Amino acid sequence: MAKVPITLTVNGQTTTKDVEPRTLLVHHLREALYLTGTHVGCDTSQCGACTVHVDGEAVKSCTMFAVQVGGSSVTTIEGIGEIGHLHPLQQGFWEMHGAQCGYCTPGMIMSAADLLQHTPNPSEDQIRHGLEGNFCRCTGYHNIIRAVQHAAQHMSPQRELAQAADD
Amino acid sequence: MTEKYFGKAMKRVEDPRFITGAGNYTDDISVLGMVHAAMVRSPYAHATIKSIDSSAALALPGVLAVLVGKDLVDAGINPIPTGWLLPDLKISAHHAIQPHEVNHVGDIVAVVIAESRAIAEDAVAIVEVEYEALECVVLGSAALAEGAVQVHPEAPGNLAFDWAIGDAAAVDAEFAKADRIVKLQLRNHRLVPNAIETRASLAEYRRAGDEYTLHTTSQNPHIHRVMLGAFIMGIPEHKLRIVSPDVGGGFGSKIFQYPEEVICLFAAKRLNKPVKWTARRSEAFISDAQGRDHETVAEAAVMNDGTLLALRVDTIANMGAYLTTFAPAVPTYLYGTLLNGTYKWKAIHAHVRGAYTNTVGVDAYRGAGRPEATYVVERMVSTVALELGLDPVDVRRKNFIQPSEFPYQTPVALVYDSGNYEPALDMALEKLGYKDLRAKQAEMRKAGKYIGIGVSTYVEACGLAPSALVGQLGAQAGQWESALIRVAASGKVEVLTGSHSHGQGHETAFAQVVADELQIPVEDIAIVHGDTARLPHGWGSYGSRSAPVGVSAIKMAANKINDKAKRIAAHLLEAAPEDVVHENGVFHVAGVPEASKSFFDVSLMAHLAHNYPADLEPGLEATHFYDPKNFVYPFGTHLAVVEVDGATGKTKLIRYVCVDDCGPIINPLIVEGQVHGGVAQGMGQALLENAVYDESGNMTSGTYMDYAMPRADDMVQLEIGHTVTPSPHNPLGLKGIGESGTISSTAAVANAVIDALAPFNVRHLDMPFTPEKVWRAMHSAKLAEAADD
Repeated sequence: MAKVPITLTVNGQTTTKDVEPRTLLVHHLREALYLTGTHVGCDTSQCGACTVHVDGEAVKSCTMFAVQVGGSSVTTIEGIGEIGHLHPLQQGFWEMHGAQCGYCTPGMIMSAADLLQHTPNPSEDQIRHGLEGNFCRCTGYHNIIRAVQHAAQHMSPQRELAQAADD
Repeated sequence: MTEKYFGKAMKRVEDPRFITGAGNYTDDISVLGMVHAAMVRSPYAHATIKSIDSSAALALPGVLAVLVGKDLVDAGINPIPTGWLLPDLKISAHHAIQPHEVNHVGDIVAVVIAESRAIAEDAVAIVEVEYEALECVVLGSAALAEGAVQVHPEAPGNLAFDWAIGDAAAVDAEFAKADRIVKLQLRNHRLVPNAIETRASLAEYRRAGDEYTLHTTSQNPHIHRVMLGAFIMGIPEHKLRIVSPDVGGGFGSKIFQYPEEVICLFAAKRLNKPVKWTARRSEAFISDAQGRDHETVAEAAVMNDGTLLALRVDTIANMGAYLTTFAPAVPTYLYGTLLNGTYKWKAIHAHVRGAYTNTVGVDAYRGAGRPEATYVVERMVSTVALELGLDPVDVRRKNFIQPSEFPYQTPVALVYDSGNYEPALDMALEKLGYKDLRAKQAEMRKAGKYIGIGVSTYVEACGLAPSALVGQLGAQAGQWESALIRVAASGKVEVLTGSHSHGQGHETAFAQVVADELQIPVEDIAIVHGDTARLPHGWGSYGSRSAPVGVSAIKMAANKINDKAKRIAAHLLEAAPEDVVHENGVFHVAGVPEASKSFFDVSLMAHLAHNYPADLEPGLEATHFYDPKNFVYPFGTHLAVVEVDGATGKTKLIRYVCVDDCGPIINPLIVEGQVHGGVAQGMGQALLENAVYDESGNMTSGTYMDYAMPRADDMVQLEIGHTVTPSPHNPLGLKGIGESGTISSTAAVANAVIDALAPFNVRHLDMPFTPEKVWRAMHSAKLAEAADD
């Protein structure tokens, strides 16, 4: 199948690769860019393990072709934080034991990041509703809820400071 | 004092890789020259294969090979054996690629190997397979009925086995004395385990040396090595390395030997290329071993004061098309033996027939037989209470085995080693505010609102198990566990364990135990698992055995390290070993703490052996193979509260309280995490999940759009408590906790739903309690009236 070039900025790094037009974004991330933190858990866009951010919004990267996001900026779990500089959600999942097998965790964190972006201080119900596009089979969601609450608590002051600085 | 780690809610050491996307799951691994496999699967539940034409597929650019069943048979590849044999078990050959006949939708008839996964999947669509469709059967009882279509010629009447336990005559005698016989007909429907990581394999072959390496999604790599090497493919075990890297959940489904590993290894050698296969979710639904699927008639003989006398159980277990690795054990020794529950039944008899059907094989799924048993017992006890007009809590309390009665010989073979059931019950009732909630329930009913409180006071048997015992019962495996502790010259420690973590946090919890035993910082310890090239033989993780068996092996190995370290330290201190004590992280002569040797001093000298006892081997390394003396018996009380909506029939879990006793707790974070997940899976069965086959054997709930797994908004925050009753027979008193939540919660939630429906004279409904089913039950009187008009 003829390949077409696409240019993507992923986690701040811009690359151009030739891809088959039918390549899903998730496969492009995993197989061409070796960003294997984004996982595949189903083939019907139900599980959310493949959630990444495209231009700041959470998307299930199995629902988009790589060629659809040419020119876009993509953030994956590898780009949201790192050891020593963890994102508050990564820290929250660690502190609250929000991960067991770890397979759903990257998608869960990326979905939760989107939730907190729109709803900085979510209620328990809002967190449950916000994460209903992501399956976890290990945790019963109990500690995932606590992880997101932990992150929200630790992000709010930072936001307020940033807001104050902007004013 | 050195820091004590046992009992501490330590953050997990494995988490940094999982929260940053740096986990290393099988499908994340790629190697140079790797090619891809895609399976051609039968769309028929039962058919003969007339012909396979792969010419169009082979003509597709990038397709390297299409292999069929005959290729494997001609090369001497054996069928996949069953790992647990019951007397007179009828076994039908299960070939990795079926050469002549398919027996369920999803059975593999060919494999395409291609340069990319996409090309392989394109080619699968154009492999022309001509089938002659045969009649099929999907329900266990239908398969055993007179005149049913025959699934396998080896099993007349589709009867895989006919098994019984208990004293039938003693049961009859109790029934004759009873005030009342309570009968329940129960369907424990089929489930799909659904680990979020689908199964995957990457097989590599090195022609020089004739050696294989298989990375695969396994809970027990050594079991795969034995089965693949010695039984199926004839690969000498020392030429076959199995690596099970990070594994994204198992729940039993990754114990078993599946066809795809065989196919990938075979193709890797045939093509002399690394071959990878990763299941699509839609493949997982028709190829991962499934769980439960019982049809049961249970009868209890009881007295009017609520005394339980005897239990008679007759179960048909749907085994699916093939008997997978541990399948025969699940509805027999893991089910019939647990039908006693926490009560003093005078007699129990269970009769179980295993039925072949044209469905995916059924094997261990979280709890494996014990949730099915608990469902029977706990539904029965609540039904007894309902029929006698007694409180379900009172009936349970009245019949509990008392603390002074342990060890307790049940009428169904098990000897419960320990237990203390009432404190857990009381703590759970207290947490829930049971009495007040009952009063509130009565008030709400008057207002047309329906909540239900479900009780389950379970016991389970886990930590499989004395090897000689399981051998007598038919296991073709041992059930001990191994540990090897290797101390480096610098005092850093590797612990190689035969247990396998696929989410359970062994790298943290096991290190906590070793840190205490060796009195060293937990940071100095690495837990190694999942690689047959590195580990002593181990039997892996399932049946909640990692703590009671795996950690016991580690504890015993640590004792050996300490004994040897003490001898080395004594030599360095110029003292007798019996005068040396090991405390606060150092070795010193008792009463002389000023002169001491550190763990580092000892480790270094063990490696240098310059100043060393003449009669002692250098090095500091110890292995222990621990064979458990009995099962362990966690127990507890689970209380579920549901609300049903009279207008829609929708059932919502609104509270969940559980008090579990898993013995001493190494890490409360991890233990509670296991409970949370277990409860979600058990509640999922009661309210949501169902593996549905149509009459042609198609799985109609074969995607996540159709199979309802619990999502975040289906669950509530759990209210958890613990009591601690150590097991008397292993060195740290540990019991298991991986399955308790699932074992108990299905019954608790089911009892809650039936309790909510009491005003509608509902005595029993089969799970899952879908809105339609519940709504019909609530309106059945009105519906019947309308029908009469």
